[in-house]
Amino acid sequence: MSSQPIPQNLERFPDLHPALDSQSAVAEANRCLFCFDAPCAAACPTHIDVPRFIKKIGSGNLRGSALTILDANILGLSCSRVCPVDVLCEGSCVMHRYNKKPIEIGRLQRYAMDHFYANQETLPYGRGSVGVSEPRPSGSGPTHRVACLGGGPASLACAAELRRHGYPVTIFDNRPLPGGLNTYGVAEYKLRASDSLREVELVRSLGVEFRQAEVGGSDVPNAVPLEDLEREFSFIFLGVGLGAMERLGIPGEHLRGVIDALRFIERYKTSPDFAVGRCVVVIGGGNTAIDAANAARRLGAEEVHLFYRRTEKEMPAFSFEYDHSKIEGVRFHWLAQPVEVVEQDGRAVGVKFVETRLGQPDATGRRNAIPVEGSHFEYACDMVIPALGQSRFMGMLHSTCGIELKGGSIVVDRPTGRTTNPKYYAGGDCVNGGREVVDAVADGKRAALAIVGQAVAAASEATHG
Amino acid sequence: MADLTTNFAGIRCPNPFWLASGPPTNCGEQVMRAFDAGWGGAVWKTIGEPIVNVSSRYSSVDWNGQRMMGLNNIELITDRPIEVNLREIAEVKKRYPKHAVIASLMVDSKREVWHDIVKRSEDAGADGLELNFGCPHGMSERGMGSAVGQVPEYACMITEWVKEVARTPVLIKLTPNITDIRAVARASRRGGADALSAINTINSITGIDLDTFTPRPNVGGYSAHGGYCGPAVKPIALHLVQQIASDPEVGLPISGIGGVSGWRDAAEFILLGCGTVQVCTAAMHYGYRIVEDMADGLSNWMDEKGFRTIEDFRGLSLPKVTEWKHLDLNYKIVARINRDTCIGCDLCYIACWDGAHQCIHLDGHALPAAIEARSRASVTTTPIAKLDSVQATIGATPPARIPRVDEDECVGCNLCWLVCPVENCITMEQVDAGRPPESWEQRTHA
Ligand SMILES: Cc1cc2nc3c(=O)[nH]c(=O)nc-3n(C[C@H](O)[C@H](O)[C@H](O)COP(=O)(O)OP(=O)(O)OC[C@H]3O[C@@H](n4cnc5c(N)ncnc54)[C@H](O)[C@@H]3O)c2cc1C
Ligand SMILES: Cc1cc2nc3c(=O)[nH]c(=O)nc-3n(C[C@H](O)[C@H](O)[C@H](O)COP(=O)(O)O)c2cc1C
Ligand code: SF4
Repeated sequence: MSSQPIPQNLERFPDLHPALDSQSAVAEANRCLFCFDAPCAAACPTHIDVPRFIKKIGSGNLRGSALTILDANILGLSCSRVCPVDVLCEGSCVMHRYNKKPIEIGRLQRYAMDHFYANQETLPYGRGSVGVSEPRPSGSGPTHRVACLGGGPASLACAAELRRHGYPVTIFDNRPLPGGLNTYGVAEYKLRASDSLREVELVRSLGVEFRQAEVGGSDVPNAVPLEDLEREFSFIFLGVGLGAMERLGIPGEHLRGVIDALRFIERYKTSPDFAVGRCVVVIGGGNTAIDAANAARRLGAEEVHLFYRRTEKEMPAFSFEYDHSKIEGVRFHWLAQPVEVVEQDGRAVGVKFVETRLGQPDATGRRNAIPVEGSHFEYACDMVIPALGQSRFMGMLHSTCGIELKGGSIVVDRPTGRTTNPKYYAGGDCVNGGREVVDAVADGKRAALAIVGQAVAAASEATHG
Repeated sequence: MADLTTNFAGIRCPNPFWLASGPPTNCGEQVMRAFDAGWGGAVWKTIGEPIVNVSSRYSSVDWNGQRMMGLNNIELITDRPIEVNLREIAEVKKRYPKHAVIASLMVDSKREVWHDIVKRSEDAGADGLELNFGCPHGMSERGMGSAVGQVPEYACMITEWVKEVARTPVLIKLTPNITDIRAVARASRRGGADALSAINTINSITGIDLDTFTPRPNVGGYSAHGGYCGPAVKPIALHLVQQIASDPEVGLPISGIGGVSGWRDAAEFILLGCGTVQVCTAAMHYGYRIVEDMADGLSNWMDEKGFRTIEDFRGLSLPKVTEWKHLDLNYKIVARINRDTCIGCDLCYIACWDGAHQCIHLDGHALPAAIEARSRASVTTTPIAKLDSVQATIGATPPARIPRVDEDECVGCNLCWLVCPVENCITMEQVDAGRPPESWEQRTHA
């Protein structure tokens, strides 16, 4: 896997939304009202100053536009492609109330970011330069080195913001390529792995050091113990995301022909010779299930059937993702829960389901699925893709580090990302239980600013105290 | 059905829409197509000793994605021989006897030269003559055009020479590039002019190429100032027209020119006293076909208002333009925001704070910077509709985003109403000031 896109994928996964040409971009930019205290900027978790970057597109100041975006969100490129803008910036555009089309903020952002990357522009801060808003802490050096664990959006954003303030940062990631789910997980027609890696390079260009290593986890050979990092670094940011996909917990799930959605997506995004089945069954009702189902269609599966144990109404996937999936030709089956993967000659050849009915709403207000006695049926297929969500196992954290977990997620003070151990900060999926890229970026940035604040406070205490 | 036929200083035509002297009236073939499209008259591209033009010749000002809000040109008068132009005028008049063909003229400031061109134009059949005392570029360097139009004595003298031989009505086309346009308008009257045309183009440099540093239009790395026209100049033209129309010493029919692009513009010029309007840029932008809506729209509007002829409403707005000192100081309006239609863009809030009188409020009396800082510091996450039970689609405007006007402090300047993107959301409403009408003049002479 290099930073070049896989040619077959370019063909099978063309951009979901075409890029804007320069005339349409300016026309669209000029449609923006330039709201005061704009709702779109407030709705963006990273609070990009949306009207400002849009006006700069209108005025032809494309570098300024890109820097306005990157100033708030270092992953402005991937966010412009993967953000669910319908429920974020564009969803809050005042044009809705005026019966007009909201401003196409996502596409305009992408326009500015494409210009930035196409011209190989650089950031006006980072390597070697002193931070822009805060003076370099007087006691800089080893005492204020920061380790970011995990190389996904949360850590990339945290590291970039720290570099901007002049702090030395090292990112530890256990994968062959950094970028986390941006590189390995997001649907190819939204963001290619190669584009995710361009952003990684931008962060690297700021002087961030990348180390490929598993951290913690006493059961993993060659893992770097957390205690070692505690000695080497003043602060540790946890941006480790979620764990592997949850298992179905039914007979036959280890058969050939069964591959969980995350591994399936990772394989098709990174290996050119990956082959899909002819008839595919996807199990689950989240965005990941939808992404896997759509990908299976585009990779050539003749039939893709998605089974969910509740109904369309309870499905956690965004409604625009569901609508899109129907267009891709995915067929949806409600109220069915798998009980067994059917085997023939060591391969999966079908799934046995039981029908369900909806019970009373639970604590979250969603109605439970209850199996209906004696309603079993079998569905033939040659590939099964379970997509039940990612596990929340924080195996890497040792019991003595004093970090509180709740329901498998790390507990933090939201505005700062600080954990119950003041040396540790955390953000992204491992804190919010799995949301979006932009949420991880916002968390990482806030944590970096809090770390800077804590370091500056410690330094001034040392000199004055 | 309204009657659009027009009699302007004795020149009769089917409607008051004339093409102004310029590229759309360059030759007979064009003018005939224009008449077929519905134009009532045409002022021929200025005739004189043929000149040589440069390329390029035009540049424009685009605004917010709209092309050609203003157009600038450095073109001179006709580049075709006088005989050819006159032969074509004769041809057009033969085929279109009911349409007005006006010969625009510009020659050396010599009495016999003017006498000669006037006689030849009238012999060709022109219904009237328009003396181009307005062209602000190129020709003025040669002592013609606005070089004449900027000096009342010259304008008067040449008008007199022309009137010595002219049998048809003589129109003087005025330049706006002068401190007081009334001076030349009065001089034209003294010289015997039958009517005025106003305005010609305004001196301009439209812009500079930020890569080459050469102003536009670029002629081999150099540029020269040009003449500005199109929608951008309409307010200036309306004012200058009003100035001469209200001047008791002028008292001549006026053909209004400058940024006329549709029937609404035409109606406005006529309301300020014009008998016809002339169009150049809009016809260059969209072609002759625009006249159809000009005639149709004006006639529907006249029917709606109960005006049968152009004369029924010509000049109606003139008495409503007065001097500042006569305006009522006790007339008071305030802004009112309709909470049901407000979309929460809060443009009125920032406009009033930064550009007016700090009397529109959000959230108590917080300053703009404090409001923005609070939003930036907020912790927001992507809502997942089915898990967070949030509304994914936008609902009504949150009350916190609907601004309020402090009516006691509002000075009634109109700014918020002007910036509001929603029709009829902000209205300016009259309130009782508790005092009888009183003007500045009355107050200071009391
Ligand atoms: C299939 C799928 C599709 C998605 N589509 C979208 C989308 O369209 N739009 C959107 O906004 N979001 C999408 N998301 C969500 C988004 O990808 C995540 O919210 C985001 O990547 C979270 O960033 P993160 O940095 O917290 O974690 P991650 O991106 O998961 O990165 C964590 C990194 O840490 C590494 N790591 C973990 N443990 C260790 C350890 N012990 N030592 C070293 N490294 C470790 C991991 O290998 C990984 O590289 C999608 C997610 C999935 C699964
Ligand atoms: C390219 C161009 C050439 C022009 N040539 C002449 C001309 O030869 N004689 C003249 O009196 N006015 C000339 N004008 C001025 C127009 O007749 C008219 O006064 C001016 O453009 C304002 O009207 P508008 O806003 O409708 O364009 C010219 C204008 C343009 C744009
Ligand atoms: S009319 Fe002027 S002063 Fe009054 S609220 Fe509007 S902007 Fe402010």
